[in-house]
Amino acid sequence: MSGGPRIVSARWEIDDAWKLSRYLETGGYAGLRSALDMTPHEVHEEVRSATLLGRGGAGFPAGVKWGFCPPDVWPRYLVVNGDESEPGTYKDRILMERDPHQLIEGALICAYATGIAQVFLYVRGEMALAQERVASALNEAYEAGYIGRRILGTDFSVDVVMHWGAGAYIVGEETALIESLEGDRGMPRLKPPFFPAAKGLYMKPTIVNNVETLSNLPWILEHGSEAYTTIGSESSPGTRLFAISGHVERPGVHEVPQGVTTFRDLIYGDEYCGGIRKGHELKMFIPGGGSAPWFFPEHLDLPLEGKVVGGAGSMLGSGAIVVMDETTDAVSACWRLMRFFSRESCGECTPCREGTNWLETILRRILDGQGRPDDIDLLLDIGDNISPGPYPGPGWGAENPEPVPFPPQQTTICPLGPSAVAPLTSAIRRFRDEFEAKIAQGAAVSV
Amino acid sequence: MPRLTPENVRRAKEIISRYPRPRSALIPLLHLAQEQDGWLTEDAMEDVAELVGVTPAQVIGTASFYEMFKMEPVGRYVINVCTNISCLLLGGETLLQHAEATLGIKPGSTTEDGLFTLEDVECVAACTEAPCLQVNYRYFYRVTNDDFDRILADLRDGDLSRDIPEHGILSRVPQRIPTGKVANITPPEDQRVPVWIERAAPDKAAAGGDEA
Ligand SMILES: Cc1cc2nc3c(=O)[nH]c(=O)nc-3n(C[C@H](O)[C@H](O)[C@H](O)COP(=O)(O)O)c2cc1C
Ligand code: SF4
Ligand code: FES
Repeated sequence: MSGGPRIVSARWEIDDAWKLSRYLETGGYAGLRSALDMTPHEVHEEVRSATLLGRGGAGFPAGVKWGFCPPDVWPRYLVVNGDESEPGTYKDRILMERDPHQLIEGALICAYATGIAQVFLYVRGEMALAQERVASALNEAYEAGYIGRRILGTDFSVDVVMHWGAGAYIVGEETALIESLEGDRGMPRLKPPFFPAAKGLYMKPTIVNNVETLSNLPWILEHGSEAYTTIGSESSPGTRLFAISGHVERPGVHEVPQGVTTFRDLIYGDEYCGGIRKGHELKMFIPGGGSAPWFFPEHLDLPLEGKVVGGAGSMLGSGAIVVMDETTDAVSACWRLMRFFSRESCGECTPCREGTNWLETILRRILDGQGRPDDIDLLLDIGDNISPGPYPGPGWGAENPEPVPFPPQQTTICPLGPSAVAPLTSAIRRFRDEFEAKIAQGAAVSV
Repeated sequence: MPRLTPENVRRAKEIISRYPRPRSALIPLLHLAQEQDGWLTEDAMEDVAELVGVTPAQVIGTASFYEMFKMEPVGRYVINVCTNISCLLLGGETLLQHAEATLGIKPGSTTEDGLFTLEDVECVAACTEAPCLQVNYRYFYRVTNDDFDRILADLRDGDLSRDIPEHGILSRVPQRIPTGKVANITPPEDQRVPVWIERAAPDKAAAGGDEA
């Protein structure tokens, strides 16, 4: 961690910040108190003017999303998305383990502003410690009157219930999250009509927000949206957590102002990751989780800003930067990612269920020395069937400046299937020669 | 085959009471059954079905979707080695191979003594600490082959039993909502406008209604 402003990670070095007493000693629940001194409308406006962008992947402004709940339909629910499982992503778990009250306080602020009387905090099943910390924080907060009936002597009353999952990446998708919370298989719903804000949990208006998104609210309400927007850039105010993993000297999770800091700063900065591991050089990096098209050395100076990264053909997604040096085999890396999508496809849509499986199978056979000369075009063709290109014909590749279409065309119920195609095609475009070499090598061996 | 114990039925009912619809408690209740037996027995699933008011087939339908639910007995310790991208880059595959060789089993199977089940899993959100693994969903970071051997030895000797409970037990801290503190378990039929919104009635737009 370095200098810069610390909003959500301010208490990470305090070992017992998950206990209510320490949380209170370090300014905890001040944001909720400020919120309760305002009208719900004023709180909502404060969040709207802060332009708090969602940190779960899509980067949609929270204040705007809250406004989508139809005005006369009650009750409304809040589902906190703590299902973090996008490859490379590691931040929500830390927030839940180290500062669960901050998250709870954020959820309470959202509930107050939007008229929600019941909150479900969905923690990923595999995160036992996060569940323990969240449960004990909830227990303490109920005892002390921060949750429950007539909170802090006001007429605001809300229940917060911890729910815990059982292992399925797709449940992180908001409509699947809701299905799961209704006791079903976590299979996404079609949007429209099932936008959670209109028809969510039990077909009632439901706000789904990510853990990091909500964890920003206590600070915003305590210090005001104006202070918040002085940090970061105009289109992406505030800070963001980034997990930088892979071939760097010091992998780590860092909170930095959005839009100001660059990929180069994070990867090479001494106060951050200290550069590529000794004796090696950068080959490529994933800028925003397993679903993001890859970036290369020429992208290093882009600022960490959703808009800019989107304009360059990829996404900041869930704040997961995976750094790969020259020892990394592009085909193996692609295979591992495709295996992930193929395993995690919920099976509802044919292009995703069948397509991701074929992508994995073909990459596997290339790695096993069984690749066929037209496998690369076959991969692109399957990709095109999952989510149509344009992927220009055989000549398409490193010499061709045409970028991978991004965001991919949505052909399925949720974006998982199409998301699998983008990183793979971005790799083929750049490293077609490596794919070809692998296939040729296999042919040479098997002759 | 074990059914849910009376104590677990009581805990199940407490969990159900926090949800507007009993069926929402299904996954937590399956965890409870798995905590009791280490895996999901048919009898326990039937109990769960009855408790939340669905058919046993519906329970299996849900349970079979989720990786953590085990339909047959597993080892006392389930070892999940992450081989997804960040771990792969720093030796996750090698670690998995070492685990296979040491335990003499392939991912998805259990050692004969019933102590260990090995799994090759997707990202477990510890990517900066690669390569990593979980034992019964408790983390070990930057694991070398030697570390792995030490972890196995410690598990065998019971040296880690304080930190790592038997398979099936997740949070050792249950949520408890003290009686009298429950605000509003809000069923979808409850159409009332929350009081604090009603009070600020002139601001009704505050509560949404923007153009979508
Ligand atoms: C396949 C898939 C997986 C997702 N996984 C997560 C996740 O693990 N955590 C998360 O917060 N959002 C995840 N999302 C995004 C959610 O659908 C949703 O947009 C988000 O939780 C909204 O919160 P935010 O607006 O605060 O970011 C996922 C989306 C998709 C399509
Ligand atoms: S795209 Fe894939 S994961 Fe998403 S709903 Fe369809 S089959 Fe399921
Ligand atoms: S890739 Fe192994 S923990 Fe994320």
